[in-house]
Amino acid sequence: MEQQQLILASSPHVRDTDSTQKIMLTVVVALLPVWGASIYFFGLDAVRLVLWAAAAAVVAEAIFQRLRGKPSSTHDGSALVTGMLLGLSVPPTLPSWMVVLGAIVAIGLGKQVFGGLGHNPFNPALVGRAFLTTSFAVPMTTWARPFDGISGATPLALGSGVVPYSDLFFGSIAGSLGETSVLAILLAGIFMFYRGVLDFRMPLGFLATTIGLMFVLGHDPLFHIMSGSIMFAAVFMVTCMVTTPVTRRGRVIYGIGVGIIVTVIRLWGNLPEGVTFAILLMNAATPLINRWTRPRIFGQGVTLDA
Amino acid sequence: MKKKTFWGGIHPEYHKQVSSETSIQLLPAPEQLVIPLQQHVGSSAKPMVKKGDTVLAGQRIGEAQGFVSAHVHAPVSGTVVAIEARPHSHGKMVQSIILDNDGEETWTDLESHADPIQLSRDQIKQAVTAAGIVGMGGAGFPTHVKLSPPADAEIDYFILNGSECEPFLTADHRMMVEFAADVALGTRLLAKAIGAKRVIIGIETNKMDAIQSLRKHAGNIDIVPLAVKYPQGGEKQLIKALTGREVPSNGLPYECGVVVQNVGTALAAAHAVRDGLPLTHRVITVTGECVQRPGNFLVPIGTSFQQMIEAAGGTKGTVGKVISGGPMMGTAQITTDVPVIKETSGILVLSQEQCAPTHPLACIKCSRCGDVCPAYLLPMRIERAAILGRWDEAEDYGAMDCIECGCCSYICPSKRYLLHYIRLAKNQIMSAKQTRSS
Repeated sequence: MEQQQLILASSPHVRDTDSTQKIMLTVVVALLPVWGASIYFFGLDAVRLVLWAAAAAVVAEAIFQRLRGKPSSTHDGSALVTGMLLGLSVPPTLPSWMVVLGAIVAIGLGKQVFGGLGHNPFNPALVGRAFLTTSFAVPMTTWARPFDGISGATPLALGSGVVPYSDLFFGSIAGSLGETSVLAILLAGIFMFYRGVLDFRMPLGFLATTIGLMFVLGHDPLFHIMSGSIMFAAVFMVTCMVTTPVTRRGRVIYGIGVGIIVTVIRLWGNLPEGVTFAILLMNAATPLINRWTRPRIFGQGVTLDA
Repeated sequence: MKKKTFWGGIHPEYHKQVSSETSIQLLPAPEQLVIPLQQHVGSSAKPMVKKGDTVLAGQRIGEAQGFVSAHVHAPVSGTVVAIEARPHSHGKMVQSIILDNDGEETWTDLESHADPIQLSRDQIKQAVTAAGIVGMGGAGFPTHVKLSPPADAEIDYFILNGSECEPFLTADHRMMVEFAADVALGTRLLAKAIGAKRVIIGIETNKMDAIQSLRKHAGNIDIVPLAVKYPQGGEKQLIKALTGREVPSNGLPYECGVVVQNVGTALAAAHAVRDGLPLTHRVITVTGECVQRPGNFLVPIGTSFQQMIEAAGGTKGTVGKVISGGPMMGTAQITTDVPVIKETSGILVLSQEQCAPTHPLACIKCSRCGDVCPAYLLPMRIERAAILGRWDEAEDYGAMDCIECGCCSYICPSKRYLLHYIRLAKNQIMSAKQTRSS
């Protein structure tokens, strides 16, 4: 072997083939059946709003990165995910410019002001949604029925027992674009779990707590988890890696916390839906949960008389 | 068959089949050998010869200095042509004895024992010390030190580490298959020297032929199949898998009643105690995508990496890294002009594509590093503290409990250099401690 320049670097010298880009792409792929269902139920409005939101998020990411003097980061796919999630969580009748504004806020205020990918304490898509809900309260709560687009109330507003479970499961109900079809969301969740980008602890803690509390408080748990944003959030929002605890116990506690707050807001709160603010509040609690749930280190606290 | 294992860890691509079926080949000694006086953890040996001296094969040429040190022997007969600093696989210059091989293989007198297992504990320990045996799995800790725990320590288990969990490496595997009787004898001798109540050999189930051949010689030794997972062969992980015990943080295995030795070490102990042979040769794997004919070789210590790679047919493709050891914990070399030493378990030649530096993205807190860490740490926290120079915080998060297995860096989807920064933190914490105590 002729003496050539050998590469010097510390171990390990091999790496797994998975990457952050692939994780983001997996979420995008998982969102496709959800988007498909929303197109089926709400037609071109679902195409219009998701495309506008996704495009606005990616362009906003590029612009903000440039303003901050950082290299372009649109290729990591995280802005695309944020845009799609936001687009799928608004009502079908929302004007396009509003979702564009929401996407800019999501990326700008939700993510870039903190330093971009990985540094945001709050879920950017939910920051955008919270902004839209509080700024445009009426358009954000004006719902249309599937297929015919005639305005109508959501099952959550109607109360349990009015809409059959099958409609809730398949999604032919009024609601936010991507949040109506429990079936499509479950497919996405299974796919993400299978691909290792979904930690079951957070949705499990969230759903189990919600079901348990609703049951104990005399409400129909099945109706509650299948209406509103609970399933969508359980699969796509409480599983957000960046804004949730890094410890295993912490992730369970986080899910439980979201479940408690959602239940409280739904049953006693003044909002139509509690998921957005429940998750944002638990995002804020994440650093504290991390601190409280540090795992025992191997070899610490062991008794030697084994 | 329920396989024992530990919590955490990863399943890298193993690449073992490229050399696992290749019989160990004895390589002739080169014309010149470089014998470093430091081939172990602890203080350097002191040269017992000077330039111009003629030496016999097996003759002691370096004297251990202090307890944590090891003797060094000549693998061939010949002449000392120089004693000078030479490149070493640890990445520094080390005082070495340069030996011209006379090709005669004239051996010094060796003290052999027909029935070595009848020897006393002290006699076994003396023979091991005299032979200069050190841990041959990669760490190079002098074996006689491991055999000398405090008098009040009770050793329940002696474990032979047959996991060889590093990808690519197959030297231990081939030794267990081809020299099963001697490996079993060495295991018994070392277990007797430590006074262990139970003797276990743990072997990953990707080496079924090794399990079968050792079972033929097992006697009262337990041969336990282990799940195939990295780092199954980490000392603490192996002990946990086989006994359920945890080595205390900052502690040594004997503190939980266990002593672990490596396959190569057991083989060397058998040769030392039965035949009086010092540790002058070892089995290593030469492998990797860039090696023409990967294989396992029995070679004299002091043979250069360059000669080993040539013995394996030379290289192909564009070489990126030459690594002493495996891809997870091995050390990248700046030159192939370094000698094989007692702790060299393999030489791995990776291509430039395999070694392309990564461009890390921000941590997305996926916690995969925490989910694979066999020390139950949160590597992303230690890394962040180290990047910010917060050494106290890194220590608080358990940096010193890191075993440097590399699982965190391996699994990170953002391709961050987690272990690199954890090592930095460990160094800083150590040097701060030394400054405080001095």
